[in-house]
Amino acid sequence: MVMNKIWLIIKREYLTRVRNKTFLLSTFLLPIVMMLFIFGSAFFAMSSKEKLKKIAVINDPGMFKSNLKGDSLRLAFDFISGIDSSNFFDKGYDAVLNLNNDSVTRKFTIHSKKQLGIDAQDMIENKLDRAFENNQLQQKGIRKETLDSISKKSNGAFSIENRLTFEQGKSKEVNAQLNYGIGFGSGILIYITMFIFGAMVMRGVMEEKTNRIAEVMVSSVKPFQLMMGKILGIAAVGLTQFFLWIVLIMMLSTIVSVFIPHELVQQAGEMNKNMPVGGNNAMVMKFMDVKQTVSAVNWLQIISCFIFFFLGGYLFYASLFAAIGSVINEDPQEAQSLMLPITMPIIFAFIIMSSNLNTPDSKIMVWASMIPFTSPIVMMARIPSGVPWPQLLLSMVLLIGGFLFTTWLAAKIYRTGILMYGKKASWKEMFKWAFRKS
Amino acid sequence: MNILELQNLKKYFATQKAIDDISFTIKQGSIFGLLGPNGAGKTTLLRMITGIFYPDSGNIVFNGKHFDPVNDIVNIGYMPEERGLYKKMKIGEQALYLAQLKGLSKSDALQKIKAWFIKFEMETWWNKKVEDLSKGMSQKLQFVTTVLHEPKLIILDEPFSGLDPVNANLIKDEIFNLARNGSTVIFSTHRMEQVEEICDHIVLVNKGKKILDGSVSEIKNQFKENIYRLGAPTSPHNLMTYIFEVIKHQPDELLLKLLHDSTPNDVLKFFISQDVPIKSFNEVLPTLNEIFIQLVEGTPDARQFQTIK
Repeated sequence: MVMNKIWLIIKREYLTRVRNKTFLLSTFLLPIVMMLFIFGSAFFAMSSKEKLKKIAVINDPGMFKSNLKGDSLRLAFDFISGIDSSNFFDKGYDAVLNLNNDSVTRKFTIHSKKQLGIDAQDMIENKLDRAFENNQLQQKGIRKETLDSISKKSNGAFSIENRLTFEQGKSKEVNAQLNYGIGFGSGILIYITMFIFGAMVMRGVMEEKTNRIAEVMVSSVKPFQLMMGKILGIAAVGLTQFFLWIVLIMMLSTIVSVFIPHELVQQAGEMNKNMPVGGNNAMVMKFMDVKQTVSAVNWLQIISCFIFFFLGGYLFYASLFAAIGSVINEDPQEAQSLMLPITMPIIFAFIIMSSNLNTPDSKIMVWASMIPFTSPIVMMARIPSGVPWPQLLLSMVLLIGGFLFTTWLAAKIYRTGILMYGKKASWKEMFKWAFRKS
Repeated sequence: MNILELQNLKKYFATQKAIDDISFTIKQGSIFGLLGPNGAGKTTLLRMITGIFYPDSGNIVFNGKHFDPVNDIVNIGYMPEERGLYKKMKIGEQALYLAQLKGLSKSDALQKIKAWFIKFEMETWWNKKVEDLSKGMSQKLQFVTTVLHEPKLIILDEPFSGLDPVNANLIKDEIFNLARNGSTVIFSTHRMEQVEEICDHIVLVNKGKKILDGSVSEIKNQFKENIYRLGAPTSPHNLMTYIFEVIKHQPDELLLKLLHDSTPNDVLKFFISQDVPIKSFNEVLPTLNEIFIQLVEGTPDARQFQTIK
């Protein structure tokens, strides 16, 4: 009987949302928009990268002349005379580098019409360092041909593969880039969905309260059933959406990899590696590279952990959002100020995650992945790089304990709040409702 | 048999004694009026009867047994003063949902909804949404969802507010119908003329206490002031007498208040002896409205906040 009623409520909450147009729209449009974004930015990155920068160099003594070399793709250096910062553009150069002005402090200037960008500047500095080094070596008597042949051999001669060692002496290959991407991606996904679905719960409760249906409902079901039904129904909506997203992304990437030139796909992957912010995209890109996907990552663990931490984190916060929704009246302004203490820890977790992602085993990450307020986001970011079982287990147990506690607490506030009309409840009152004996 | 007995109910909130020791009983099949000014504690009382609130102390006996909200709730239909329905939900689905929450099976619920929709001429509403309905229409829908599961006890808080006379009569007839079929109706309002018309038994609460309990005629008799109306085309010149005093003098009507222990017959004798042609003579009982105002007046309009220890 009791379960039957919760089941009815879950069904209603689920069906009304899934049938909603916005749900359908966001479910089907998001993967498409994401794909467009990735390939769009890859396309732009590719077209802008291809352009060769021609740089005129003024260097009278000629210390750099024989040693400063460009590469065929991005930089070309020309040592010519009769050029200065006023006429380089007319002569077809993108910039003019003056290596004469101060060779004591080793600070040079480069004039250009458009800003060069940090990448290009770094590259030029590297080339100068290289040229200087070669110049010094030549002065010590090493022949130029020897240097050239050495540099030819040593360019890109080595690569590093990081293997993690476990207790039994087993080791496994890790792909730091990929782990970073997956970790960041799932962390950010949990972060966003916690907000979206938490707010959905809150709005649902507010709707029931302002429509005055709450009183009709609680004369048929217990307030706790009403709250849990709504929370679980919306959780089901979230899982449905994830499932559809994964299916759609897989379908789309298959289509994309057939129709889009291979180099563009590679380019998109390449770009994401260089750009930490694109970690989210990197994860998606890895879906495309089937070989890598299957071999390097424990997808089963990641997906099951993701579902667990999504649900755990959602349940932890959803009941709090429900409690907030129950004490608000028509004024959405009130929601803003009451929501702040709940959104703060979520944002805080996101900040910890994104700023410490490079060191997934640092103290702050370990602690933050234990405490239920931050663990769903932070732990999810750590999982791809491997988390010891005891830690993972402890974090899960704490999260379950945490959401049982917040649900218990929120239910007591909700029960009173949902039937209170008129003024907004203060924190003090809510505290009293939460901790009084029933 | 009593469907409901309240025994010394108390419910204190932080700043108010919302219900302060109230007891009364309601007979099965009766239409019971719960009256009181705004903020008297009616809604709190109704919420305790529907199991939404628990009383701080006292007992509720429902259908001969101690009231157990979880199981007895299916035998109660509650239409709160603050009406509420899901705005975005289709009307048919909404009625079905609320009926299922009251424990009806799907097929059972569908059958009953159809019957009610036909009775209230709502068949075409099924796929409409609540937001498409006018206030009166959604009131009808709300009434249907309240009584659909054939509860033993139906609680209606201001059921006629916002209804036009035609629809109000429709609902009123249904209320009589339900009572005839054995349901008990608790009817909470402050529209006294409706109470006089509908209720068998009333209780008046004010400031959390019961101040009146009885049938409508009992109460009227309890508050009568021995006032009579005499219709006569002419009136005698001399109305000075120890039998009565004249409260109101109109061209063909006199309003008299009996004095001392005189009886209506004494009054008639007085006028007959004066040769006044009497056309009508009847007792004027106070209306419930007057009784209500008399009892509630003098207490502060709004409840004052107080500290409860």
